[in-house]
Amino acid sequence: MSRLVTDVMFHQFLSIIRRQRSSPRWQNWSLARSSASAAKAHSVTLPAQAQVVICGGGIMGTSVAYHLSKMGWKDIVLLEQGRLAAGSTRFCAGILSTARHLTIEQKMADYSNKLYQQLEQETGIQTGYVRTGSVFLAQTQDRLISLKRVNSRLNVIGIPSEIISPKKVAELHPFLNMHDLVGAMHVPEDAVVSSADVALALASAASQNGVQIYDRTSVLHVMVKKGQVTGVETDKGQIECQYFVNCAGQWAYELGLSNEEPVSIPLHACEHFYLLTRPLETPLQNNTPTIVDPDGRIYIRNWQGGILSGGFEKNPKPIFTEGKNQLEIQNLQEDWDHFEPLLSSLLRRMPELETLEIMKLVNCPETFTPDMRCIMGESPVVRGYFVLAGMNSAGLSFGGGAGKYLAEWIIHGYPSENVWELDLKRFGALQSSRTFLRHRVMEVMPLIYDLKVPRWDFQTGRQLRTSPLYDRLDAQGARWMEKHGFERPKYFVPPDKDLLSLEQSKTFYKPDWFDIVESEVKCCKEAVCVIDMSSFTKFEITSTGGQALEVLQFLFSNDLDVPVGHIVHTGMLNEAGGYENDCSIARLSKRSFFMISPTDQQVHCWAWLRNHMPEDSNLVLEDVTWKYTALNLIGPRAVDVLSELSYAPMTPDHFPTLFCKEMSVGYANGIRVMSMTHTGEPGFMLYIPIEYALHVYNEVMNVGQKYGIRNAGYYALRSLRIEKFFAFWGQDLNTLTTPLECGRESRVKLEKGLDFMGRDALLLQKQNGVYKRFTMFILEDHDTDLDLWPWWGEPIYRNGQYVGQTTSSAYSYSLERHVCLGFVHNFSEDTGEEQVVTADFINRGEYEIDIAGCRFQAKAKLYPIASLFTHKRRKEDVELSDLHGK
Amino acid sequence: MSSTMSYWISTSARSCIATLQGGRRLYSRCVSKRNLSIWRRLSWASSPLQNSSPCGTFTLQKVYRHTSTEEEDFHLQLSPEQVNEVLRAGESAHKILDLDSRVPNSVLRFESNQLAANSPVEDRRGVAACLQTSGLMFGVFDGHGGHACAQAVSERLFYYVAVSLMSHQTLEQMEGAMENMKPMLPILQWLKHPGDSVYKDITSVHLEHLRVYWQELLDLHMEMGLSIEEALMYSFQRLDSDISLEVQAPLEDEATKNLSLQVAFSGATACMAHVNGVHLHVANAGDCRAILGVQGDNGMWSCLPLTHDHNAWNEAELSRLKREHPETEDRTIVIDDRLLGVLMPCRAFGDVQLKWSKELQRSVLERGFDTEALNIYQFTPSHYYTPPYLTAKPEITYHRLRPQDKFLVLASDGLWDMLGNEDVVRLVVGYLSEAGRHKPDLAQRPTKLGLMQSLLLQRKASGLYAADQNAATHLIRHAIGSNEYGEMEPERLAAMLTLPEDLARMYRDDITVTVVYFNSEIIDAYYRGD
Repeated sequence: MSRLVTDVMFHQFLSIIRRQRSSPRWQNWSLARSSASAAKAHSVTLPAQAQVVICGGGIMGTSVAYHLSKMGWKDIVLLEQGRLAAGSTRFCAGILSTARHLTIEQKMADYSNKLYQQLEQETGIQTGYVRTGSVFLAQTQDRLISLKRVNSRLNVIGIPSEIISPKKVAELHPFLNMHDLVGAMHVPEDAVVSSADVALALASAASQNGVQIYDRTSVLHVMVKKGQVTGVETDKGQIECQYFVNCAGQWAYELGLSNEEPVSIPLHACEHFYLLTRPLETPLQNNTPTIVDPDGRIYIRNWQGGILSGGFEKNPKPIFTEGKNQLEIQNLQEDWDHFEPLLSSLLRRMPELETLEIMKLVNCPETFTPDMRCIMGESPVVRGYFVLAGMNSAGLSFGGGAGKYLAEWIIHGYPSENVWELDLKRFGALQSSRTFLRHRVMEVMPLIYDLKVPRWDFQTGRQLRTSPLYDRLDAQGARWMEKHGFERPKYFVPPDKDLLSLEQSKTFYKPDWFDIVESEVKCCKEAVCVIDMSSFTKFEITSTGGQALEVLQFLFSNDLDVPVGHIVHTGMLNEAGGYENDCSIARLSKRSFFMISPTDQQVHCWAWLRNHMPEDSNLVLEDVTWKYTALNLIGPRAVDVLSELSYAPMTPDHFPTLFCKEMSVGYANGIRVMSMTHTGEPGFMLYIPIEYALHVYNEVMNVGQKYGIRNAGYYALRSLRIEKFFAFWGQDLNTLTTPLECGRESRVKLEKGLDFMGRDALLLQKQNGVYKRFTMFILEDHDTDLDLWPWWGEPIYRNGQYVGQTTSSAYSYSLERHVCLGFVHNFSEDTGEEQVVTADFINRGEYEIDIAGCRFQAKAKLYPIASLFTHKRRKEDVELSDLHGK
Repeated sequence: MSSTMSYWISTSARSCIATLQGGRRLYSRCVSKRNLSIWRRLSWASSPLQNSSPCGTFTLQKVYRHTSTEEEDFHLQLSPEQVNEVLRAGESAHKILDLDSRVPNSVLRFESNQLAANSPVEDRRGVAACLQTSGLMFGVFDGHGGHACAQAVSERLFYYVAVSLMSHQTLEQMEGAMENMKPMLPILQWLKHPGDSVYKDITSVHLEHLRVYWQELLDLHMEMGLSIEEALMYSFQRLDSDISLEVQAPLEDEATKNLSLQVAFSGATACMAHVNGVHLHVANAGDCRAILGVQGDNGMWSCLPLTHDHNAWNEAELSRLKREHPETEDRTIVIDDRLLGVLMPCRAFGDVQLKWSKELQRSVLERGFDTEALNIYQFTPSHYYTPPYLTAKPEITYHRLRPQDKFLVLASDGLWDMLGNEDVVRLVVGYLSEAGRHKPDLAQRPTKLGLMQSLLLQRKASGLYAADQNAATHLIRHAIGSNEYGEMEPERLAAMLTLPEDLARMYRDDITVTVVYFNSEIIDAYYRGD
């Protein structure tokens, strides 16, 4: 029997939860059931239609409902299969922590913190919010560096935090053993809160704003017509709707698959344990700070005078791989033996707790995603199908902010912040294998407390997509990284060289592969290198008439009406002029185009094009990623290798830059040769039909021998493109950055009189000026051997004032300096408001980059750079600032 | 009926050579490297000196007990995780899905594991479903003198049984398919462990022989196929005679020739069970063993052995041997508890040294085999007067499954040397009650954190908590890790697993265990339906 949850009932729910919490047996639900059945009188039938249907009455669902209704949408139905706030939300440890690794995550947590703080006042429902602060302990120097990095980034977005000494830690917490600590980070405004109460308060506020909430109603599947949500089928009947929001937590994966057209939401649950104790003899103050000891893999908070302590163990127990399963739900019991390492860790940290009495070991499954970042956004296959799930144990911290961004997304079509790192479309169907998810989350869960060092690659779920040359390259010493399931070479270890083992190679300093990449870069500059870049997303757009050109001219910012054979670098902009994608498009014929985009654009770009292309059977969009192996021949001798293999003149007169031609290489015909390298170095990209890949590779290597050819990897490519100031979509560029902000006005056809997406926004921006500028920084007093290396996300200071964060960095072997790229803002000193950033503003500043609390002087360069390199190259002007690194 | 059948078996065995020579042969050139690479000597064949001395490697089987002085020799200690990793490497488990819903399956699932002492392991195991008739087959095969024979038997025996059970009509279809080069009906569905050595889907030579067998079955014009007892009986003997005849037949292909020589000159004991509804048949030749775990109405567990070990400690076997050979050999037929002083089991596949006449052995070996490379020597035990001394004729037990029969354990002698029948039942029952809940036995749970921690650390150190997800692993763990009093000693377990390759065999044998769980509800329903 479904019930419309009314105001009265929130208080009923509350009393249930309260009783439960005070009752010695945490999981005692018999009380809850009886009072729930008393409420049957309220049962009503579901409405026949609604604008939005939200599935899931946990903190995510209620937060989305709350924010949607706040923003003025009223016709909303929230469905919960059991009772409100009864899933992971009920068992959540209730720690709100803003110390996150991504800026977007920090912002979400910060917003949640502020929201929860005033929620009690707003709704009259007690949320148990107490500002306790939290302390992150470092047992090692490396951990301290990691904390310092987080610390400097928290400060610049306005969250107070500081690095403190072990002695200070002891002052903050009564019985903490601090003898093995090297330092800690204190975040005083972090809080604890009852997550179930927060969810109920959000639901109550939403319900007052007109949201209808029904519990004990299960969504069976979502009805879709022509790729658009049309309604929801529940066990209590159908509801027609325009938007559906999947906030089903650990069941979100199953729910996504239940569709006729499955929506792949890659997440997987693992068991998670925490311990509850009875109060101490002198009960612990309720404002005692939360302790996080990542090296000990545990967190400890005060809880009703006692403590609540859990952690993320090295050997997680994945659960529900085969879907919802009554057996496993019943088996969710305490597993003390499994908890032992965490208990030992707790008692090492707080030896005095030995005599504390145990109350319960709680087992509450948490959901994890393949990259440890949450999942939000619209499905690439079904319009109107939104998802917010996969919180990696940070649901409470993210709940408020994530709900807000998703509500904005639904209402405006995009959120107010760049959330690409969390976007559902960063994944595709390829990440939705149960086996893959099961294996990957076993790596992800421990990673929550593992040291997060630069350039970390996941070890599980690998070798899924590979180039046909994989074995060949592997045998030659390739070390691999993975992007969107595709294996890409990082660098090639020479036979006589030994690298450190995986665990030992973790460092914030100069990495062990430094010399290897140096020799690869040198070879790119002086001879020729070959890099397998097959992972790039490749689309072909063809039409019978002029439709292809017409559509592309509207969707892309640069002029594509170029002679056949030319390649155009162009952005795919949204209405606001921001980059949805940054790509290179070759015009193969009058009516067909070949489009190359970054690897992880495969799903996003496809969905974008599909949604914006007219329904026209004469217009064909095809994903040909799998059809071509891409080899990048970089270096001054590339031209010699290729002309020898093709008996065709490859000189600039015959083969100008940014030109594309189908030709034969070796015995193989039909190779698409493009005169660009994505690095600013001279050379060619070869797009080879996969069956020829091995042949062409062998031929290139054979012929190349006398020109000194060797394999190279992405690290070399990255160093080359960053020192040439080439921006990279997904890292430097995102949906909120426009071409004007990164000095790419020349790549926009503003003057051509053609309409295209984002044109109005760009025109306005041109008139008003830009509020941030993409800038290159060359570190001046940085010692590569001894100082911490920049990564990304380092704060940038101009004349001592914070002006922005770096987006990527690399060591430039030719400048012998580190190069960072990032956006510079101009915050008003009085109001903090953003002001126009002029070239003059950039040029007249003194800059510093803050790496883990250490500031390094930096020289700023604006795009386009002219005289960084004394020996100027032929191609530089033309190909400068290509998209790269993809 | 049965007397005509046995006559038929012997005559058809004799006619086999002729058929082989006449038939069109398709020799497989694809012989796995494994089978060729290592031919371990039969310890009794290569060093006759050991025959008379009681300290030959075979006698060591009974002397595994580990003493404290030896423990100190092994400094290499494994962590509990590593121990588990080693133990679990050979695990496999299957839930039996009701593929054929007409007959609800009485087998719920099975769990299996294998731990090697020999390098490479000489035990084999197999599980397969008969596709043309109903029923599941489980087998454990313990090789000696190399793994070739065990491998061959594990690959081929189930096919013989399956074919024997087929109705006349099915056999005709099979024959028709072969004749017209059409795809054959699938005979078996193997349920393999990924690490098990490849079960080649019958090679063409073997298929030829299998075909000869079913052609002869066809000639018998029996509507319904053989009964299970007959099928098992004839399959064992027929396969053994095929193994023996293949090496006598002239084969052109060097690889196949060498392989069949290795198969014939090594040996394997076999124990297999056929389960179909409530009908459980067990066929055993040698010293593998099968037992049933039975839970009585009062909840007490007991053990029901389904096989007898065929070795010198089995009075019935002794008298059988004496009956089959002249009285003059009574004293020499079993010496030092071994058949002719050399072999522990007194029934086995292969081992033609104990089956053929001296002349036949000589003539076969002189036919240009590279016996040195294969490490095969002609060896005749003393008192070798009236071969054959060894047979592959199985002992067959029928048991009608009752609701109280909960599980079947099939294992090679490596397990039974270490654990008694009751121990095994007790351990499986213990495993079942632990695994079901995986709840720590913290009945009187300490209330303080400190006490809880020390208890957990103790449990961790003693490896007591049920780390095993597989009853077979649990049995192997206890088989090699328990001391004289049946207590688990983690150090002992770790030491046993770190034994160097050449020493391992002195302290433990290859162990293969398959535990089959029955579905009591289905069995119960079967009786109620009756």
